[in-house]
Amino acid sequence: MSWLTPTMQELLLEAFWETLIMVGASTVISVAIGLPLALLLYVTAPGGLSPNGWINRPVGLLVNALRSTPFIILMVAIIPFTRLVAGTSIGTTAAIVPLALAATAFLARLFENALREVEPGVIEAARAMGATRLQIVTKVLVPEALPGLIAATTVAVVSLMSFSAMAGAIGGGGLGDLGIRFGYQRFMPEVMATVVILLILLVQGLQSFGDWLVRRLSHR
Amino acid sequence: MAGLLARPLVAAGPLGHTPPIMQHAPSSPSASPAAITLAGLTKRYASGGTLALDDVSLSVQPGEIFGIVGRSGAGKSTLIRCVNLLERPDAGQVRVLGHDMLALDDAGLRAARRGIGMVFQHFNLHSRRTVAENIAFPLEIAGLPAAERRARVAEILPLVGLEARAKAYPAQLSGGQKQRVGIARALASRPRLLLCDEATSALDPETTEEILALIRDLRARLDLTVLLITHEMAVVKAICDRVAVMEAGRVIEQGRVFDVFTQPSQPTTRRFVSEVIGHGVPEGTIARLPEPGPGETRYLAHVLFAGPNSTRAVISQASREFGVDFNIVSGRIDEISGEPFGVMALAAYGEPAKVTAALLWMQQLGLAVTPIEEDAA
Repeated sequence: MSWLTPTMQELLLEAFWETLIMVGASTVISVAIGLPLALLLYVTAPGGLSPNGWINRPVGLLVNALRSTPFIILMVAIIPFTRLVAGTSIGTTAAIVPLALAATAFLARLFENALREVEPGVIEAARAMGATRLQIVTKVLVPEALPGLIAATTVAVVSLMSFSAMAGAIGGGGLGDLGIRFGYQRFMPEVMATVVILLILLVQGLQSFGDWLVRRLSHR
Repeated sequence: MAGLLARPLVAAGPLGHTPPIMQHAPSSPSASPAAITLAGLTKRYASGGTLALDDVSLSVQPGEIFGIVGRSGAGKSTLIRCVNLLERPDAGQVRVLGHDMLALDDAGLRAARRGIGMVFQHFNLHSRRTVAENIAFPLEIAGLPAAERRARVAEILPLVGLEARAKAYPAQLSGGQKQRVGIARALASRPRLLLCDEATSALDPETTEEILALIRDLRARLDLTVLLITHEMAVVKAICDRVAVMEAGRVIEQGRVFDVFTQPSQPTTRRFVSEVIGHGVPEGTIARLPEPGPGETRYLAHVLFAGPNSTRAVISQASREFGVDFNIVSGRIDEISGEPFGVMALAAYGEPAKVTAALLWMQQLGLAVTPIEEDAA
């Protein structure tokens, strides 16, 4: 364990926190923006609660465009935007912006799918009872879709972990960046292995937590 | 002979004339205003597509259970959804409990819908809400305080016999129990009208009976009007007072259930009726019937005895006057809405012209004569 010097321990710990911050912050942001976006897509879809092609099509197009741009390209392409939002274009904070943006588009689709899984009959029943559209969304749609929304978030968080490894390209730091810089560029396979094991444990833990939450919340 | 057998008797001779819509009895006693009046409803889903509803008019009286029966795709599902405007008709009028539904604004429509309960084929319960929470849902939507919601739920649970399952989730319930929750939920906001959309179609026969009995019981206790759609004539026979038969978006026949069952005028209606009060003759029995003699024909028919002539000695008289022999293959007494009627399967033997004449004479007496197709028997 000669490689695990106090400096390396510090580096690993720091990278671990950077990953957590990048993934955590971008998850919170992407859920906060992705869910309304998904609701908008769901509600305005043809045959939806308020079909509106003028909203649905452009929003769908934007989401698809963001999703089809490779993350590493998205990250550098939006540098001006990142600078505007985060005040800087390098570092952990700056990495959160492209991560959140990519995850928002990703989640918007996953959330939309989860909403579509809600049995249309339950919504029809609520309409028949005289529910307003807002009541249908807040009291039927979101509660019924909740397990699916959480499962989607878990998938997105795991993807974000992998995306965050690329944040090193703009100085974002994190475990993936550490693995590349030390494990690969400085020929320290132990560091690479440690990073990979840490990431695997993190992903496993998150997935198990997500699955547990879904099981707890659904009554099927 | 094959030609005679292939042709239903009513299609032959002067009796073959049937008006497009057979009205069995005056449809509106017009003593009290109808609970539901639909007039000239027309609905087409895709432009250029077929009509889901084609000029449908009917009225449902307060306190009655009105059934709409038809095959899938006949338009009955669209029709019931036009009552609370889950579907909007392209043309026509919808009056429900005094509201001109099509003239209401959004808020007015929501208020009107709160006065109309609806029960669904697949229950449409919230999977993440308990039984009590599901039943409370319409009250929550109407903005009732939590305490009142609890009180109302406690009041309605015993009505559907689910006191013990208040905290269960739908997934833990049987189909029949789920539908009881569906009914309780539909009745939570004390509607005067209950719409049942194939409410028993996902249930087994025993549970179906149970749910139908519950609906009948609740109708009496809560003074409800019920409009139901079904593809099962047995449901109509079990609880409806009046029935409308739909086909290809049109109401082809309507009237009192007893009249429609005993005097069906349309081929589709006859097929529906025969599902429930079929001739009840096993195939083997027909195969064992003697063959007709030379120059004779054998005609198998199903005769329904109802109405003023049902107590006459029709068969022996026909036999004597027309020189036709009858072999009674089966016979029983059935009952609809408390009114009895007889069902008999006959094999008539004789010269073809005389057999036809004898059966037409029976029909003129008001007995419904339907051929039994031998290969389909």
